[in-house]
Amino acid sequence: MKKIALIGNPNVGKSTIFNTLTGMHQHTGNWPGKTVSSSKGIFGFKDKKYEIVDLPGTYSLIANSEEEMVSRDYILSLDYDLVIVVCDSLCLERNLNLVFQILEVTKNIIVVVNLMDEAKKKNVDINLNLLEKKLGVKVLGTSARSKIGIRELKEEIYNFKTKESINNSKVIENSSFIYEVSKKSNDIVSKVVKENANKKEKIDYFFDRLLTNKYVSFPLMIILMMFIFWLTIIGANYPSEILFNLFINVENYLYNFFSFLPIWLNDLLINGILKTLGWVVSVMLPPMAIFFPLFTLLEDLGILPRIAFNLDKVFQKCNSCGKQSLCMMMGFGCNAAGVVGTRIIDSKRERLIAILTNSFVPCNGRFPILLVIISVFLTSSIFFKVSILTLLIIFSIMTTFLISFILSKTLLKGYPSSFTLELSPYRRPQFIKVIIRSVFDKTLHILARSIIVTIPVGIIIYILANTGMLNTINNFLDPFGKLLGLDGVIITAFILGFPANEIVLPIILMSYLSLGTLTDYTSIVELKKILVENNWTILTAINMLILILFHFPCATTCLTIRRETGSNKWMIISMILPLLIGIILCVINSFIFLVN
Amino acid sequence: MRTTLDKLELGKKAKIISLNNSNIKRRLMDIGLIEDSIVFCYLVSPLKDPIAYKIKNAVIAIRKSDGKDIEVEVL
Repeated sequence: MKKIALIGNPNVGKSTIFNTLTGMHQHTGNWPGKTVSSSKGIFGFKDKKYEIVDLPGTYSLIANSEEEMVSRDYILSLDYDLVIVVCDSLCLERNLNLVFQILEVTKNIIVVVNLMDEAKKKNVDINLNLLEKKLGVKVLGTSARSKIGIRELKEEIYNFKTKESINNSKVIENSSFIYEVSKKSNDIVSKVVKENANKKEKIDYFFDRLLTNKYVSFPLMIILMMFIFWLTIIGANYPSEILFNLFINVENYLYNFFSFLPIWLNDLLINGILKTLGWVVSVMLPPMAIFFPLFTLLEDLGILPRIAFNLDKVFQKCNSCGKQSLCMMMGFGCNAAGVVGTRIIDSKRERLIAILTNSFVPCNGRFPILLVIISVFLTSSIFFKVSILTLLIIFSIMTTFLISFILSKTLLKGYPSSFTLELSPYRRPQFIKVIIRSVFDKTLHILARSIIVTIPVGIIIYILANTGMLNTINNFLDPFGKLLGLDGVIITAFILGFPANEIVLPIILMSYLSLGTLTDYTSIVELKKILVENNWTILTAINMLILILFHFPCATTCLTIRRETGSNKWMIISMILPLLIGIILCVINSFIFLVN
Repeated sequence: MRTTLDKLELGKKAKIISLNNSNIKRRLMDIGLIEDSIVFCYLVSPLKDPIAYKIKNAVIAIRKSDGKDIEVEVL
């Protein structure tokens, strides 16, 4: 089997080409740094099979950050038969610098000029034949998003004959080499590329000015956030009710159907497992399934780097890196992914700050809990729901700034290092593809994970409740819970919810139901009844929101932090830090309520 | 007129004369900031820093603290 490496500048569509070649579904996004680790895939063409490696984007073979190191090491290892260098049709000159660097390592190259459709839109002509002559290696044009040129690429890969070549990579390190290469690229591009007047550039400029305007940008970011929350709340409401009712009917039906089983077993299966599962699916799934695609659309559109651009100054003041905001935005999807995403940050110190504070933004698993608590307990007005949620997120972002600053003055002392960020051009998102992919890859993945966790936890709760041990544990934790303005059940739920945050609320409800007298509920509205019956007040709800934002990250995230930092110490700090903040805020809040 | 990149006004073009910070010199060269190349001041962030420049057709944000080590000739 032949080995192929896929390399190129950040955000030129390597992962899209990888996906179209292999039929796999690597996540793609319109911002530099989306792919931070390499991924392997296999594809066949005619009678041959190929292994292809998608490398993180890099501007050069001299690595600055973790992800770029992956790419450099792979290229220098020469452990492949062919390198495909992917170039951006609109940034050909800079992209050629990388081509020339790789040519010093190997001559087994195919150059793919991707995003030809964008060049066409921008009225830019590229003479690929001339480019091929100038470079002396095969050059192909593709528009990977619409699969144009992929067949030809496969054909070219099939016919490619790997030659012996001389590795001359030492020369890359010289500044004079880069200077020469830059001259050469400039010269080539001036002959190969013909730019004509275009409208797209003016439209891009208009949006760039708007999104980064002194007065408009920040209100606009907040309105955008509110709009997404509004869509999520509106959209999730109805499917939640339907799923909820469906589960109740199925539970009743199955309970009767399995009446031949011993009562305890039937009870365990239906009231223990299925009921908890019903909660997770009906309460958590709809908001996830709506929020995530919306977020992915923004990502595809190219909004994320602009937000990072707007916020960088604040991060600079906190002695950290503006790219941290990109990692935070990934954290909204999943904190573990956000932690991996910190690889785009060059400085080790700044990267650690980003890792330790990533769980301050609520991930997709915690987001619906916030939503449910706000909906059932704080307000019924959609406008206030959205506003409270937005304020919470702003609060968590502010906390990130504050803690980043404190960390940079204590555990992770230092000054901000240099920072460069490419603002990628806006692209029209592929709506249908985004929705399908985010539902299948992300939502179902998270759902599967919570189901896997729910089943054993459901069993544990059932057993604990029926042996009276749940009561004992709750009573034991109750004083601590009361101190935080909560109760023992909630504390137990947070501990049992360590494997997956999305089951915290279901655990609380199951515990209340199994301990209390109210076991009959027919709609989500009655959630409030259960909570009130168990002495929830406004204080409980607010402190619950605080603790959801600030407690230890889930098990997956913790393990990811250990892997990324290579140390238990940072993992433990990443657990204690948010927990401490959560506890302090809860205690203060309880005290304020007590005084009033 | 000679100045440093961070002082280049919005909408103005300049030619790079020299990169004086050796720590990030290589990184800047890799993204196309190299002696004799042309930069265009494209966007200023709402908090005045960083500033985005058009460099070889790409828009790249650079902090003022990094830009002050880059000498340019305003065109």
